[in-house]
Amino acid sequence: MLLEVKDLRAVVRPEDENEEDAGVREILKGLSLSIASGEVHAIMGPNGSGKSTFSHVLAGKPGYEVTDGTVQFKGEDLLALEPEERAARGLFLAFQYPVEIPGVPYMQFLKVALNAQRKLRGEEELSTPDFMRLIREKTQQLGIPMDMLRRAVNVGFSGGEKKRMEVLQMAVLQPSLCILDEIDSGLDIDALKIVADGVNALRSEDRGFLLITHYQRLLDYIEPDHVHVMVRGRIVRSGGRELALELEREGYAAYQEAAA
Amino acid sequence: MADQETLKTVRELEKYKYGFETHVETEKAPKGLNEDIIRFISEKKGEPEWMLEWRLNAYRLWLTMEEPRWAKVHYPPIDFQAIHYYAAPKRKKGPKSLDEVDPEILKTYEKLGIPLKEQEILAGVEGAPKVAVDAVFDSVSVATTFREELEKAGVIFCPISEAIQKHPDLVRKYLGSVVPPGDNFYAALNSAVFTDGSFVYVPKGVRCPMELSTYFRINERNTGQFERTLIICDEGAYVSYLEGCTAPARSEHQLHAAVVELIALDDAEIKYSTVQNWYPGDAEGRGGVYNFVTKRADCRGRNSKVSWTQVETGSAITWKYPSCILKGDNSVGEFYSIAISNGRQQVDSGTKMVHLGKNTKSRIISKGISAGRSQNTYRGLVSIARKAHGARNFTQCDSLLIGDKCGAHTVPYIQAKTPHAKVEHEATTSKIAEDQLFYCRARGIPEEEAVALIVNGFVREVIQKLPMEFMAETQKLIGISLEGSVG
Ligand SMILES: Nc1ncnc2c1ncn2[C@@H]1O[C@H](COP(=O)(O)OP(=O)(O)OP(=O)(O)O)[C@@H](O)[C@H]1O
Ligand SMILES: [Mg+2]
Repeated sequence: MLLEVKDLRAVVRPEDENEEDAGVREILKGLSLSIASGEVHAIMGPNGSGKSTFSHVLAGKPGYEVTDGTVQFKGEDLLALEPEERAARGLFLAFQYPVEIPGVPYMQFLKVALNAQRKLRGEEELSTPDFMRLIREKTQQLGIPMDMLRRAVNVGFSGGEKKRMEVLQMAVLQPSLCILDEIDSGLDIDALKIVADGVNALRSEDRGFLLITHYQRLLDYIEPDHVHVMVRGRIVRSGGRELALELEREGYAAYQEAAA
Repeated sequence: MADQETLKTVRELEKYKYGFETHVETEKAPKGLNEDIIRFISEKKGEPEWMLEWRLNAYRLWLTMEEPRWAKVHYPPIDFQAIHYYAAPKRKKGPKSLDEVDPEILKTYEKLGIPLKEQEILAGVEGAPKVAVDAVFDSVSVATTFREELEKAGVIFCPISEAIQKHPDLVRKYLGSVVPPGDNFYAALNSAVFTDGSFVYVPKGVRCPMELSTYFRINERNTGQFERTLIICDEGAYVSYLEGCTAPARSEHQLHAAVVELIALDDAEIKYSTVQNWYPGDAEGRGGVYNFVTKRADCRGRNSKVSWTQVETGSAITWKYPSCILKGDNSVGEFYSIAISNGRQQVDSGTKMVHLGKNTKSRIISKGISAGRSQNTYRGLVSIARKAHGARNFTQCDSLLIGDKCGAHTVPYIQAKTPHAKVEHEATTSKIAEDQLFYCRARGIPEEEAVALIVNGFVREVIQKLPMEFMAETQKLIGISLEGSVG
């Protein structure tokens, strides 16, 4: 199994550690999910149900504390690893809100990231010509002008551009598990098609996907094998492609009531 | 108070007038400072009478002056009588090979990607230059080629003591014309006792055929405690000069008080870059270098231009304000600064832009990064004289904090005596955002590397002003100087 999440519980710690424990909130409340290589899974669910939190906990974002449950990634205890180690082992999170880093050219960021991962894996650094070849190929596939890579990471990028760049990073880093948090939000119709093509091009037997989305439209382009409904920090129902269509028609009302 | 004591010591020493002369063989003057020591230094250097008088005058001024205390730095009182003001210029016995060099220093060289041959020279390994001669691409012969090239162009580039001998007219005309001996306490001290330093004269219309940084890059200088640098760019001339080194500099002296004077005549341009990486002391701030420098440029000519670019990462205490006197009409002064403080370092640095001529322009970009328990102050003055119509200044001071035990302070002074001027000031203070760090780490970049990446982005504007061959090294240096600042 590529990813195996069992009964995961996680809380948010307030910024100030000295604050009363009253500030602690449980967001993930016993979440279980398994993804095999080659599969595409989609998670849908109402706002605030914990979808992004789940992706953050998987990527190792500080500020969350796992209180119960286990996460195995390629047979390893994922939760024991630093975020950069998770990335080097092939976990990739496309952020719902990509972060700006002023003054750092995108090109440099990508090169540093790629080589940092290779170093952590004990591989040789990629030479500049090889790196440039890789970048040229991937930017062409995604219809991203090279000029954008000379700009600082995400600074002044439009919402859609940021999302497209996340997919570029994914294409360059070649992870084995791709978590895409609302990669479709903010994309125009053409961009959605391009991004979906980019993702589809990466689909392979040794790679798994977890799509977080609100819109079944994305799933027209990237066809999932499994669809899960997440409500209040739990997967409350799983099904096939048709579940997304059903949700689109009927909303989450029935699940909300059941969970309450 | 301190002056009283100095006087007393001086009087006592006078009883033993020339009493130390028997020690001449050892090439070392006794500790302390008095007129005889200055005579001794001047004699050792074989200086003409006017130079000795100049030094003595500076010394007498120094006796009347007080140590400045206005900077936001704290240190125990310095005993100026406990310092040797003259020691043999001969090299101390160096390590026999790199095996004997402090592994910490070697690690840093490695991180900076400095070639092995240069490492030996930098670490002062005995006989290193000779070793280099045998190499195919040896630095010594390259240096010789450079020297010939400079001579052909008519550029004078030599130690200041040699210039005093060989080019007395130029030295007499310009030395102290920008930083007069009585300018401040440390400048006066430097004027009295300086023994090392560089002299550069670029004749009319000559564009110095190479960056003098290239020369230093392979020809590490043994920097003295009281350095004196004088650079003159004649009409229409251009020179780029880099002082210092990205490699960590060990110093035998705790107090460094250099004076740098730049003179730009009509249509001349000087680019002066500094990379300062003196020993900052241990984690508790013990033993680091006190760096009290006076650097000033005189844009004397019309359309002249001086750019100061500095990367300050070392020293326990830095007290430094490279300035521009914009005398010539249309002259331009620029100050680009990166000041990084970590551990217990204290930095009080900035610039002074003094607009005297018409349509003079100045631009100040200061990037301060504070980490650990350090204190980092930008102190700047923009002054615009009544007659400086059309003067313009733009100042941008950005501070970045890493952790919550350090401090960043911005102290801008603006004095505009004419309404026909435009002064703009922008300042920001920010922290490295957790979001940025996590974003980098989620892409596989370890935390310290991520901090270095983000900080390098923060200072990018200034890095780009450095000579090409130093840009990459400086980026690495920034990472190294911030090590241990997170986690
Ligand atoms: N760092 C935090 N501090 C406080 N509350 C948090 C934090 N992170 C998440 N939460 C809370 O946890 C809940 C789940 O948030 P999350 O972002 O995971 O939702 P989501 O399912 O991704 O929603 P959306 O569809 O709107 O993106 C929300 O109520 C949110 O306010
Ligand atoms: Mg979300």
